[in-house]
Amino acid sequence: MAGAATQASLESAPRIMRLVAECSRSRARAGELWLPHGTVATPVFMPVGTQATMKGITTEQLDALGCRICLGNTYHLGLRPGPELIQKANGLHGFMNWPHNLLTDSGGFQMVSLVSLSEVTEEGVRFRSPYDGNETLLSPEKSVQIQNALGSDIIMQLDDVVSSTVTGPRVEEAMYRSIRWLDRCIAAHQRPDKQNLFAIIQGGLDADLRATCLEEMTKRDVPGFAIGGLSGGESKSQFWRMVALSTSRLPKDKPRYLMGVGYATDLVVCVALGCDMFDCVFPTRTARFGSALVPTGNLQLRKKVFEKDFGPIDPECTCPTCQKHSRAFLHALLHSDNTAALHHLTVHNIAYQLQLMSAVRTSIVEKRFPGFVRDFMGAMYGDPTLCPTWATDALASVGITLG
Amino acid sequence: MKLSLTKVVNGCRLGKIKNLGKTGDHTMDIPGCLLYTKTGSAPHLTHHTLHNIHGVPAMAQLTLSSLAEHHEVLTEYKEGVGKFIGMPESLLYCSLHDPVSPCPAGYVTNKSVSVWSVAGRVEMTVSKFMAIQKALQPDWFQCLSDGEVSCKEATSIKRVRKSVDRSLLFLDNCLRLQEESEVLQKSVIIGVIEGGDVMEERLRLISGVSRPDEVLECIERGVDLFESFFPYQVTERGCALTFSFDYQPNPEETLLQQNGTQEEIKCMDQIKKIETTGCNQEITSFEINLKEKKYQEDFNPLVRGCSCYCCKNHTRAYIHHLLVTNELLAGVLLMMHNFEHYFGFFHYIREALKSDKLAQLKELIHRQAS
Repeated sequence: MAGAATQASLESAPRIMRLVAECSRSRARAGELWLPHGTVATPVFMPVGTQATMKGITTEQLDALGCRICLGNTYHLGLRPGPELIQKANGLHGFMNWPHNLLTDSGGFQMVSLVSLSEVTEEGVRFRSPYDGNETLLSPEKSVQIQNALGSDIIMQLDDVVSSTVTGPRVEEAMYRSIRWLDRCIAAHQRPDKQNLFAIIQGGLDADLRATCLEEMTKRDVPGFAIGGLSGGESKSQFWRMVALSTSRLPKDKPRYLMGVGYATDLVVCVALGCDMFDCVFPTRTARFGSALVPTGNLQLRKKVFEKDFGPIDPECTCPTCQKHSRAFLHALLHSDNTAALHHLTVHNIAYQLQLMSAVRTSIVEKRFPGFVRDFMGAMYGDPTLCPTWATDALASVGITLG
Repeated sequence: MKLSLTKVVNGCRLGKIKNLGKTGDHTMDIPGCLLYTKTGSAPHLTHHTLHNIHGVPAMAQLTLSSLAEHHEVLTEYKEGVGKFIGMPESLLYCSLHDPVSPCPAGYVTNKSVSVWSVAGRVEMTVSKFMAIQKALQPDWFQCLSDGEVSCKEATSIKRVRKSVDRSLLFLDNCLRLQEESEVLQKSVIIGVIEGGDVMEERLRLISGVSRPDEVLECIERGVDLFESFFPYQVTERGCALTFSFDYQPNPEETLLQQNGTQEEIKCMDQIKKIETTGCNQEITSFEINLKEKKYQEDFNPLVRGCSCYCCKNHTRAYIHHLLVTNELLAGVLLMMHNFEHYFGFFHYIREALKSDKLAQLKELIHRQAS
């Protein structure tokens, strides 16, 4: 069952979020995160740079796009090159030469999704390294220790991750274990002044379990909360209800980080539901498959239809790719073996996500977020009423109608 | 265009090519090199990362082998390949083949030459070739020619004669078609020499030579322009150019550099004995292999004192990590360093010629060649 919060090692966690504006209809908020490596405007999309690199683009290019926070993965970096080396290199910031903020996850998700033979016990997650075959135990303490060495501005608790399609007692077990692991992470955290430890709300798709998790975890004075266990194989209908339940019970004065969410429609809806921070590999991954994100969806530029299309990916986009190159050139380059093609698209897709979030934020500050949502859905689906049912329902639940 | 030689010493030519480009106001220094591209883009690099590099040559090399398949698109585009690829300010030279990928022999006929693209073989008669050049509108283009004799080892006199005859016929036909087209008259046809005397006033560009030691040898034989595919090959095998070309360093530097060079050559010998995979056999002593374990915790830049983006921002340890984890950024950063290092080498060649110090530079390079 749920353990008591270990008060002894807790200090009052800093308030790292300042609210700048709130939508009077929905739960959307515009704010600022005050982090050790600078201020971050919210809502924010955080690109994922798994192995200390944002795929083919330099940190200078990423900075030029306006990115002020991105992700690194503890699981990958913990194995290669390892925390000791990164510590010698002045942390992850020094190692990859990124001057702005970093968020590292705990390694828990990769553990379950990437490693076929991982075993979860109360101790932690036991697994075999795919690189050298050595057996390792990733415990809450070990995860925090690695993240302390990485020096990221926001670190995540190790949670007991269970796929959203799993039902039964395992979900409850994982939820309660995540609370216990949160307490162990808090106790093990050596640098609360420099690194912000976020809790991760679990409970799967069970409203009662999720509510219990929310009640318990919000008793712990952490600087921020993540909503986890979603963006897996669950239906969108269940997905949004769990997000809405979570935001309704999370404190207003702390950031809400919805993990693994990245499709444009999902971002806009979940901002309406009250989320502030998002991450997803989708935009950068899809770029490397030749797909460019646009307000109407995406363009698969490898297709013949773009062979003689001499316009940019998006005439409204201000990114370097759209300023300099045509769809036709990118099409030709994608059919060559020059990796530059992938980098052009990575730049554009990150720009798309960041520009979207920036537009969302401005609309909240200017008190016209509901109108922005209607316009967004209109562009994406041809007509606001053609938006998927789950999104219509989710938006309606917070007072935004699309008709 | 006008070739203006400042001095000629022991066969080496130093000078400028003036009145270049469509507007006639570009200049290139010689000896010099061209920016190597694949499908109209520097390998791995976007406009942003290309412009991080200091000393990028005024002229880029395009290859017909990578562009011929886009003939129709470029014809419809009308505005020329420079604008199409996003390099409207650059001078452009279009070579027939890609110097990195040798093409199979046996495909040249009296009427056509073939190039190999990603999509397969593209056969070109003179008229098709000139139609493509009309769509590309480069500043210079290599004339259609039979270049197979340079590939084969034992070439009969008969085959050489045939190559010369064919190439002259191709050139005559190309020139005739150029006369009929206003667009084509804006481009300069580069003839291919297959033996014979080279006239003093003509520009000499050599294909297929890019290694530092070979570059110097060719300069001594009066060659003016080179391709820059060597830094690309070095990048592809996960290596960084580290050879020294500063023939007049301060005394302390010399000592350190020499020690460094000695060590690296020693290691290189050992590695060459151990590794047998094709790619590694080609590693020269002008470079270091960042995949080697010894770079795992090396927090120095690739080359101390190098002012390229990679050396100013990253360490050998980081590049090593990127290579081990197969990350795309490795190619980007290595390409930026290798191009800058190579362009710096050419700058020093010109400086050496200016101050009559080529012998010192040659000695320095040869000390480092294995």
